Amino acid sequence: MKDLKPENIKIILATDCGSTTTKAILIEKKGEDYRLIVRGEAPTTVESPFEDVTMGVLNAVAEVEELSGRKLLDEKGKIISPSNSNVGTDLYVSTSSAGGGLQMMVAGVVRSMTAESAERAALGAGAIVMDVIASNDKRLPHQQIERIRYLRPDMILLSGGIDGGTTTHVVELAELISAADPKPRLGTGYKLPVIYAGNKDAQEAIRKTLDGKVDLDIVDNLRPVLERENLMPAREKIHDLFMEHVMAQAPGYRKLMSWTDAPIMPTPGAVGLIIKTIADMNQIEAVGVDIGGATTDIFSVFQGIFNRTVSANLGMSYSVSNVFAEAGLENVTRWFPFDMDERDLRNRVKNKMIRPTTIPQTMEELIFEQAIAKEALRLAFVQHKSFATVLKGIQQQRTIADAFEQTMGGQTLVNMMSLNMLIGSGGVLSHAPRRQQAALMLIDGFLPEGITRLAVDSIFMMPQLGVLTDVHPKAATQVFEKDCLIHLGTCIALVGKLKEPKEILKYEFEMPDGEKIEGTINYGEMLRIPLGLDQKTGMPLTCKAILNPLRGFDAGEGKGNKVDLEIHGGVTGIIIDARGRPFNLPEDHKIRMKKLKEWMVALDIYPEEALERL
Amino acid sequence: MGHAYTPGLKVTEKILLTKKRILPLKGEVLVKVGNKVEPDTVVARTLLPGAVEPINVANILGVPPEDVIHHMLKKEGEKVEENEVIAKSKSFFGLFTSECKTKTEGTIESISSITGQVLIRGNPQPVEIKAYLKGEVVEVYQEEGVAVSSWGSFIQGIFGIGGETHGKLKMVCKDNTEVLSDKHINKDYEGYVLVGGSLVTASAIKKAVSVGAKGIVIGGFDDKDLREFLGYDLGVAITGSEELGITLVVTEGFGQMNMAERTFELLKSKEGEEACINGATQIRAGVIRPEVVIPCERDVHTKMKEEEFDEKVGLEIGRQIRVIREPYFGKLGKVVDLPPNLQKLESESSARVLQVEFGDKIRAIIPRANVELLEE
Repeated sequence: MKDLKPENIKIILATDCGSTTTKAILIEKKGEDYRLIVRGEAPTTVESPFEDVTMGVLNAVAEVEELSGRKLLDEKGKIISPSNSNVGTDLYVSTSSAGGGLQMMVAGVVRSMTAESAERAALGAGAIVMDVIASNDKRLPHQQIERIRYLRPDMILLSGGIDGGTTTHVVELAELISAADPKPRLGTGYKLPVIYAGNKDAQEAIRKTLDGKVDLDIVDNLRPVLERENLMPAREKIHDLFMEHVMAQAPGYRKLMSWTDAPIMPTPGAVGLIIKTIADMNQIEAVGVDIGGATTDIFSVFQGIFNRTVSANLGMSYSVSNVFAEAGLENVTRWFPFDMDERDLRNRVKNKMIRPTTIPQTMEELIFEQAIAKEALRLAFVQHKSFATVLKGIQQQRTIADAFEQTMGGQTLVNMMSLNMLIGSGGVLSHAPRRQQAALMLIDGFLPEGITRLAVDSIFMMPQLGVLTDVHPKAATQVFEKDCLIHLGTCIALVGKLKEPKEILKYEFEMPDGEKIEGTINYGEMLRIPLGLDQKTGMPLTCKAILNPLRGFDAGEGKGNKVDLEIHGGVTGIIIDARGRPFNLPEDHKIRMKKLKEWMVALDIYPEEALERL
Repeated sequence: MGHAYTPGLKVTEKILLTKKRILPLKGEVLVKVGNKVEPDTVVARTLLPGAVEPINVANILGVPPEDVIHHMLKKEGEKVEENEVIAKSKSFFGLFTSECKTKTEGTIESISSITGQVLIRGNPQPVEIKAYLKGEVVEVYQEEGVAVSSWGSFIQGIFGIGGETHGKLKMVCKDNTEVLSDKHINKDYEGYVLVGGSLVTASAIKKAVSVGAKGIVIGGFDDKDLREFLGYDLGVAITGSEELGITLVVTEGFGQMNMAERTFELLKSKEGEEACINGATQIRAGVIRPEVVIPCERDVHTKMKEEEFDEKVGLEIGRQIRVIREPYFGKLGKVVDLPPNLQKLESESSARVLQVEFGDKIRAIIPRANVELLEE
């Protein structure tokens, strides 16, 4: 390892290998400050003919070279280090989520009992369950073994037997897994993770059967007695193992490891660090999201408690078809301000899945992708809320009668009314051609309540800055503050419902130049009031606001109570969302499309001409 | 600056392929290095112990467990047929007879004088691995399986369903643009791999299954039909183990899409030859794509000649590309310009683009991310 004294580091190269795109940024110390110089990107190269993640890294770095004029790669295609005048870099760090989503197999003794509990634990952790193997699933052992080999799961959850019960069957299942000798789908660098969450009396026998062959973890029985289910330990273990061991893996990962000056960090680990830092520094409650091609990661800090979830199969490319399958056709199409033939829509979704690196060229395609993104955000947030609970880690008890319900119990820590800031990252949010689009995707996906500041990662570089936080905190903080975070503005969302359109808020804003903006807004409307950034500092301008909601509506201080506070602007400004909470779109198809267009025009989301045309 | 592009799928007339054929459990390898194999040649086999069927003979005959042995007509280790009487008892001076019959064929494994149960072990079940390709065994993995090599034409699809199968190629559409409907299919196509044009309809697939066709190779397929055919919405693209009676290899994508002319012509030139196809697809890191292999006679020890490698991977002016996203989805053309600077698209996004000239001489600007290279 070379000398990594922070004062000696003048040039930093950082990459993030996503499942779909590899992003590279170049940071340079100018005077006392570190600033972002350029950014480059290239498709992630996990497919043939390359099947080597470092190819995508080199391509992204080559783009950085061309844009910056700094030579970073030598004749052999290696990163030049340390820097010398206009050549090389002093530090190279990387994050990775190139491995994509989480696909698991679960095994249990009885299909309708432990195997089903195991399946619920896996689904709760955001995994796709590829198959459920049970002692009584009527398949012969060789068929089960073949299935395990063919499917190449990322992880196996093995359960079975109540504590103190018979151990034979669950040990037989372990023998089956052992005979299958499953290989992880990506590379030979690690063993397949297997989690055992069955009869505690069988733990020793399971260890004997599987140790050495797989990467075995043992957690509490997920069904200790017949009428009690205890999914949390297995669910959390799945989640942690995925993030730490599976997600970052990709063909060529070991080679990449040999290039970096610090260990490669899984992308969600890196973004989580940044979100936590923002919340701690500003003493606020925050939610951050990173929506990628295969996964959507959500981070929250409520009551000082940090939570992180990785929805392993919600994303905009590899997982786009799964978003569609999980959300359902109607939930996706409800966001379209135009009609789309179901056949055409389905084909577009699948084509994006099989060719994940493509980008929207037409306005119609952009609207289509952003509609799917709203659903991916919504679904990932539902999962996050069920994870971020007060009773985290405490056993969930189920009776036989309610064992088949999906509710997780434990009150969620997530409180949209007390949320101060919502931060978005990921291609679809960071690269949205108009920043208002990112704001609306965040609002529609998360449905904030009361007063919430919105921000977005300028060019999708939070992962790289996250890993840099560990190695060079000063550079990370400076670039984050000056070049990364784009303040979009503030969303004022009223909580309450009405049947008829009626005035529900009187507002008064005292602008920085002294101008007073006063007005009212009706139920079911949206409004944008520009309040930008300070030209000199680049920080958001603020204004004094007085909000008088109608009785029954809450703008942050309780139903009907006046709100008097300072509001932050941003590139989008102030957005008043008077569509009510809980939020429902009009059921009538024509009215819904009309309202969607109205809101899009009010917030200047898409060109009016395009909305008319489509 | 040609970094943002998608490499095309492999379509090549001649390539040396090697496939590992491994048993799920250890067993016996039936071939040797150098043996010629056909797709259906069994290269390795293992026997799974049969299932155990307990019969409570004491209860059935109404005798104490310790007496069961005296009423048995078969001994431990003896073979029995299905429905064979294995024990008999007589009572009331021989007036009434009780019998105990087997439900399955197998061997008497044990006769218990404590429980009165007789265990019948079903016949061992053979598990076989076939060669899949017509070719030559080039490596043997002791007790596990073999590697089979074959020269042949190779077409990689973009998406498929169903597992390994093989059959003679039959062109059923007149060109690469024609839709393959049920009218194209008749009962003579049993055992064939059918090649269509731009789309296969749901009714055509059903008819192909009913006449016993082995597979369909097609340009496009509607997701709505896929859902109907599978019976569920495919969330994550992991396929290959469906048992739908047919294997489907889609070469271009979802919706009506002309099969690439080169692919169609290659298949046409091989009509009547045996094609080995596999629809298995896994679209995730460590991707698996479906394939069509048409083996040919050539010594598998012959190395590929230099000209047979097609490793051109750069996006350059003059290269043939296919657009892989709306609004020109599926169109083929030639790169005529690679402007270095970012350009604004209709969606208002800025991206690296290229200028393409389509066959009809019309030119268009396309994001580089939305094209894939065609192999020449």
